[in-house]
Amino acid sequence: MTRFVLRRLLQSAVVLLGVTLVVFLLLQLVPGDPVRVALGTRFDQQTYDALRERSGLDRPLVAQYVSYVGHALTGDLGVSFRSGQPVTTIVLERLPATLSLAVTAVLLALLVAFPLGVLSAVRSGSALDHAARVFSQFGVSVPDFWMGIMGILLFAGVLGWLPPSGYVALTEDPARWASHVILPATAVGLVTASILTRFIRSSVLEVLSEDYVRTAEAKGLRARVVVVRHVLRNALIPVVTVVAVQLASLVGGVIVIEVLFAWPGVGRLTYDAVQARDYPVLQGAVLFVAALFLLMNLLVDVLYARLDPRIGLR
Amino acid sequence: MSSTPPPAAGVAGTGPAAGDADAPVLAIEDLTVTIGTRRGPARAVAGVDWSVRAGQTLALVGESGSGKSMTVLAATGLAPRAARVTGRVRLLGEELTALPEPRRRQLRGRHVGFVFQDPMTSLNPVLTVGRQVSEACEEHLGMTRRQARDRAVELLDLVGIPLPGRRVEEYPHQFSGGMRQRVVIAMALACEPALLIADEPTTALDVTTQAQIVELVADLRRRLGTAVVWITHDLGVVAGVADTVAVMYGGRIVERGDVDAVFDAPAHPYTRALLAARPDPQHAGGDLPAIAGAPPSPLDLPPGCAFWPRCPVRGDARCEHELPPLVPVAPGHEVRTFCPGGEDA
Repeated sequence: MTRFVLRRLLQSAVVLLGVTLVVFLLLQLVPGDPVRVALGTRFDQQTYDALRERSGLDRPLVAQYVSYVGHALTGDLGVSFRSGQPVTTIVLERLPATLSLAVTAVLLALLVAFPLGVLSAVRSGSALDHAARVFSQFGVSVPDFWMGIMGILLFAGVLGWLPPSGYVALTEDPARWASHVILPATAVGLVTASILTRFIRSSVLEVLSEDYVRTAEAKGLRARVVVVRHVLRNALIPVVTVVAVQLASLVGGVIVIEVLFAWPGVGRLTYDAVQARDYPVLQGAVLFVAALFLLMNLLVDVLYARLDPRIGLR
Repeated sequence: MSSTPPPAAGVAGTGPAAGDADAPVLAIEDLTVTIGTRRGPARAVAGVDWSVRAGQTLALVGESGSGKSMTVLAATGLAPRAARVTGRVRLLGEELTALPEPRRRQLRGRHVGFVFQDPMTSLNPVLTVGRQVSEACEEHLGMTRRQARDRAVELLDLVGIPLPGRRVEEYPHQFSGGMRQRVVIAMALACEPALLIADEPTTALDVTTQAQIVELVADLRRRLGTAVVWITHDLGVVAGVADTVAVMYGGRIVERGDVDAVFDAPAHPYTRALLAARPDPQHAGGDLPAIAGAPPSPLDLPPGCAFWPRCPVRGDARCEHELPPLVPVAPGHEVRTFCPGGEDA
């Protein structure tokens, strides 16, 4: 187990190295000169050259990359062209906002998708099953930003129950944090809920047709025991992967929603960094998201081994 | 081998029909199963009657789709949801079809044990075998988890699994096919059932393992006095384990009687064809005689004798249009045909 985790962490480091290389090379292809953008109206040749030299941008690409990776290993991802702050600090500052939004969205999604998916499978063909299918079709078809706009119009505009945008840290004021997070989390959570409902439904349906479920019924167990002990334990194993992938992609990918709700998370940071050609910040943000994905995958693998005795960690 | 205390014949003392040792453990009458499909209703079982007594083994024989499995699944309330079941089913004297599902579920779990065909798929991969063997004891015998676990160890020992105290904590994938089937049998015997239903329990196993499982079930029946319904298409197994045999074709019983009577003097052309199609070790290597054609579809059963389209005798027009009744040809030997005896010889 410990050896497995250590080996996987080592593999993850190699993958992350690959990610830095790809991002680094891609950024070379992006048109626009970050130093010029950083200087804006304060441009003059002397300051420009000085900043280029100070940022190391005058050095050969290979030297730039090696120095970047070398510093990254010590946790130093460089400084922002725009603000001059260390990238690691900037990204870490944004992480709580993004994580709290993503986790809330996934929890909301699970709250809906779990009962809906299980019930619609157990009572497949019923009115509830049809309703669940309409819901999930709706959820995957409607874009999250549209849901967000509708949410703002209704709950902030017409009803005035919730703030239209903005962010309060959870540690600062949980109640105000909740009132701010509910709209964006619902907007992104709806898509996740739809995907999960479908997935849970088909996974449970598949397990329901397994021979061992008939064996359990033959034993005269109560229907609830059959479903909880025999069906769900098996059906939820693949669901773990989907939940983790959803969570990871929310951490890295709720850019539009974060911009729409003025949510100061990693998505918003990425967006702003692209706008400002702030390459160090962009690189740092991408690296963080990639690392989170890898960590999530590792977590899924460890969880799998706990849930399914046929899988051993070696 | 430390074993459980042998229960009274047929576990009659614990069943609703306590005392009457001669009463059948399971009796079904006029059982009909119709399954709604997209292409219309399929009549999987049509008017089947049989019963089985304590300590007795009844073999249900037939090809795939003949309705033999569906008969017992429907009788015990395990038929698929799309199936409509009519007829009467008495388990230990209690009419099952009249009972609400929770009560039927309890009776089934308490008094009937099932051994299904494929031990690779009939065990839950994420639960220990001990848990799977013991859970019925908790549910139906009111045992604590601890007691049920001890009972599981006893049962694994009873079915011949070595080191049961250790293996009880293992998962199905850690067992071989034959050992898994022993686990399934232990599971079926957990509540000392009056009836054991074995649905092709040896089909998925290799030949030497098959023989062991057949011997195990026969031995347990002798020691525990359990009634056994053995569903199979293997007539070789039937001769070894069964007291009575019922041959099914197209959802109906076409011949039934004592095993010796049916094997010595098969009266139905289908039974004769089945017996002729058995591999004969004396003439190994030659082609096996096969029954030409395919069994009828339950969606479209012929009006007369269901075997008529494939029958080597091919009696008169009556066979084609009129359903032959099940009539005795000898004491304890009945057949459903207009052409009994060896007329195709």
